[in-house]
Amino acid sequence: MVFISGKEHEYVNANLSDVLKELNYNKDTIAVEINEEIVPKATYDETVIKDGDVVEVVSFVGGG
Amino acid sequence: MIPSKQEFYDALAARHGADNQKKLDGATVAICGLGGLGSNIAICLARAGVGRLILIDFDQVDVTNLHRQQYKINQVGMNKTDALAENLREINPYILIETHQVMITEGNALELTKDADIVCEAFDKAESKAMLVNTILEKAPDRYILSSSGMAGFSDANLITTKRISEKFYLSGDSVSDVNDGIGLISSRVMVCAGHEAHKVLQIIISS
Repeated sequence: MVFISGKEHEYVNANLSDVLKELNYNKDTIAVEINEEIVPKATYDETVIKDGDVVEVVSFVGGG
Repeated sequence: MIPSKQEFYDALAARHGADNQKKLDGATVAICGLGGLGSNIAICLARAGVGRLILIDFDQVDVTNLHRQQYKINQVGMNKTDALAENLREINPYILIETHQVMITEGNALELTKDADIVCEAFDKAESKAMLVNTILEKAPDRYILSSSGMAGFSDANLITTKRISEKFYLSGDSVSDVNDGIGLISSRVMVCAGHEAHKVLQIIISS
């Protein structure tokens, strides 16, 4: 079990890029932290989500 | 007659507390983007006596900005950096204001904000917001990054909150009200969000 933006998911040992794609996130408008550590964009492809990880995907919308 | 620096400082210290005012006076905050968020954040911080503000924007004041941004009709056409610095000096002439009339990119963001304890993301575009937040979190983890997302439209202002994402990353807004969904930016709701971001800045400074 992993937590992605507060919701439980079954993506254990899944690749972060694949999960973001499946959940319809746009890579250009997000920041991702795993267990409160930023995941550099350049490493999304090689990052694996482990059991118990707390993933926070901040998805920005326009306006300011 | 314009009050002296000491009179101004004493008036702030009487309201905020002497210890807090000393911290506010010693703080440096970078405001990235001087639109509806940034211009309002800057005014809050200048009024509170934050000692040094770094104002960054490439743009000029346009008539379409005046419904929510802290500029005046006679400033249309001016660089936002110059116009905002002018307005801030009319409010509080005793803080240091540094301006950079430049587009913030991944390449220059770190250098432009290097002296700041706290970086305020105050852009309009989602891509720009993500770029700055990622850049600061990845490459300058000693700085706080405060950001805003979701403030368009006439929905309830109470939906706007400030969330702690991680130790030095806070996010204000309702997270969903996207200006690109065809809903405009309304001054009061943008100001609520700017107020959230500015208030978190002050909280961080006084709790440091």
